[in-house]
Amino acid sequence: MADKLIVSSSPHIKSGVTTRKIMLDVIIALIPAAIASVIVFGPKALLIIAVSIASCVASEYICRKVMKRENTISDLSAVVTGLLLAFNVPVGVNPFIVIFGGVVAIVVVKQMFGGIGQNFVNPALTARIILMSSFPSQMSTWNAPFYYLNQTDAMTTASPLGILKTGAEGTMPNILNMFVGVRAGCLGETCALALILGGIYLVVRKVISPVIPLCYVGTVAVISMIAGRDVIIEILAGGLLLGAIFMATDYATSPITFKGKIIYAVGAGIITMLIRMFGSLPEGVSFSIILMNILVPHIERLTRPLAFGKERVKK
Amino acid sequence: MELTFPTKPFKTHGGADVPHRKNTAQIESAVMPPPAQVVIPMQQHVGAPCTPIVKVGDSVLVGQKIADSSAFISAPIHSSVSGKVTKIQKVMLPAGQYTDAIVIDSDGEMTVSPDIKPPVINSADDFINAVKESGLVGLGGAGFPAYVKLKVPKDKNIDTLIVNVAECEPYITADNREAIENSWAVLSGVYAIRDLLNLDRVLIGVEENKPDVIKVLSKIADNDKLDPKDIVRVFPLRARYPQGAEKVLVKACTDREIPMGKLPADVGCLVMNVTSIAFIANYLKTGMPLVKKRVTIDGSAIKNPKNVIVPIGTKISDIVEFLGGYKAEPKKILMGGPMMGLALVSDQLPVLKQNNGILAFDENEARMSEPTACIRCGRCVEGCPMNLIPTQLEKFSNSKDIEGLKEYDVMDCMECGTCAFNCPAGRPLVQSIRLGKGLVKAAGGKK
Repeated sequence: MADKLIVSSSPHIKSGVTTRKIMLDVIIALIPAAIASVIVFGPKALLIIAVSIASCVASEYICRKVMKRENTISDLSAVVTGLLLAFNVPVGVNPFIVIFGGVVAIVVVKQMFGGIGQNFVNPALTARIILMSSFPSQMSTWNAPFYYLNQTDAMTTASPLGILKTGAEGTMPNILNMFVGVRAGCLGETCALALILGGIYLVVRKVISPVIPLCYVGTVAVISMIAGRDVIIEILAGGLLLGAIFMATDYATSPITFKGKIIYAVGAGIITMLIRMFGSLPEGVSFSIILMNILVPHIERLTRPLAFGKERVKK
Repeated sequence: MELTFPTKPFKTHGGADVPHRKNTAQIESAVMPPPAQVVIPMQQHVGAPCTPIVKVGDSVLVGQKIADSSAFISAPIHSSVSGKVTKIQKVMLPAGQYTDAIVIDSDGEMTVSPDIKPPVINSADDFINAVKESGLVGLGGAGFPAYVKLKVPKDKNIDTLIVNVAECEPYITADNREAIENSWAVLSGVYAIRDLLNLDRVLIGVEENKPDVIKVLSKIADNDKLDPKDIVRVFPLRARYPQGAEKVLVKACTDREIPMGKLPADVGCLVMNVTSIAFIANYLKTGMPLVKKRVTIDGSAIKNPKNVIVPIGTKISDIVEFLGGYKAEPKKILMGGPMMGLALVSDQLPVLKQNNGILAFDENEARMSEPTACIRCGRCVEGCPMNLIPTQLEKFSNSKDIEGLKEYDVMDCMECGTCAFNCPAGRPLVQSIRLGKGLVKAAGGKK
């Protein structure tokens, strides 16, 4: 018997939460927004989502194979990246652009830095920024909601934040329409209701802490109030909810300390509003999150909790 | 200063909702008849090992002292059976180190040594000496010689006794059963220590998932005659791991934070395990030293899980056999609970003084998934009761960064296992941190 017993370090039981189960929860939380995008933007939205997921998963599979590392597609993190990337493009883009975006997100941003947990910026957001710089016109051409039901021709319109920024022609959707997602925008960002539902699910399942979304959205609300802008529009009209609930909370690229999460989220809120108010772009969510991603190691170092029983006086 | 009793536990950081699996909590303990042979190691406590004072061929009786040490931190060892010393040989301890052990073949009679009589106590020193002679060590698992704790240095003022009945490890119910089956002894031991140290406050900390223990102890503690000033009270605690860890328990009971590297005495507290206290009461009454122990035998490979009172030195395999054997092939055998217990190399090891549980896991329960990459979810940070960053300590440990390990307070880790329990990537965080502590110690920086 002596040579048959397993001898390992304690603890000898586990909580049962695994990376795969966490990713599955994120996917479940994203499903309402995916359904909303298909309703608002039609079957093309479904195609974009499918292509994006396929591109990310295939990129991960091939990349790991080429690098001779163990296969990691079963942790489902590539599926999450694929969904988020699809949520960050307009419905009118050429699907080949989305495939390219998936390769950038997984190969360049994630795997080249060591794979899951090692990337220092959010893969889907970085890919979105690269697509915006590479294909600026396609990435900022917005189809009107329910355009696919209109038999005449593809209707394009301005996004609500674009209307706000440049006074571009178009009518600002009313608040109820913005809340349920009937507005122009990227696939997954329009339906606030679906995103909030997903966020609540993640908090209840203890996948994310509500600190980052609340501080991020709260900061945007406070600044827009001080600046005399319409708070509701600032929260609902752009990619803020998608960013705050699903992108800024990405484990790999957000602080693990409690105080760090607050600083990170407030910082992202400030940068978002600075870009929206003073930048030439109508939207600042992507850049603000990426910028704060880069600061995460420093934020973590400065917000290390005081160990139990450690002297509270500063030297 | 008048000490008050908290109405609810003070806030503590972190922890985990571990499964309770207290399958044996309602089952009365069985008493094991003497086994054919006991193996009594010379190191069953923190501190200096004992030296045998018997020779091969000697006859010994139950309670007879068979090994002692002159070191300050040590505890004498007594024979747990009557019979003949057949061997004195090296044996392996649970953690893998070797020590001498006295092997006694039992005659099955359990004849008690005629020297066993209640100690005569006329002073505090008599009391402390009696506890020393009893061979008592902390029975909660640490195995620290109990008399050392009671010998409070003159510059320390202890005002609060905390009786540890938290028993937060899954499966283990030995303290739970002690409190139920021996509740009189628990309270009588508490009163003895209260009077010895002239305490102002005694909190009997019980996790709220043991309502029967709370009920039984409260009933006895609510005694105007023995406790006229009502300073002994049962204090229900949150059933959250690691509630029974000394530092966490002191914080939850008194809101006092034990400084890094210090002891409960430094914040005016004495923490004692409930079984240790009940033992002291019985020892004062009978003079029978620590020769038997209640251990919880459980786990998926055990046919009839139960608490068993066994002579110290009884081999695990003998106890399992007494309970009807294994129901599946054991793949992992633990000494202690699943969160902090040691995995053993064999079931031939003997039960030691401080053991409170033996768990045998079948293949399914023993299987652990392979670790995957850290996803930086922060669950280890959220869970750490010591407010450390386990994932960072793991990285420092893997890269042998001794400065980093010290900077991030690796020595403050108590190895409770909450981080690794929570880790979705299944990373062996505690193992890495232990290695890190070893690196720091080897480098001479005992911070």
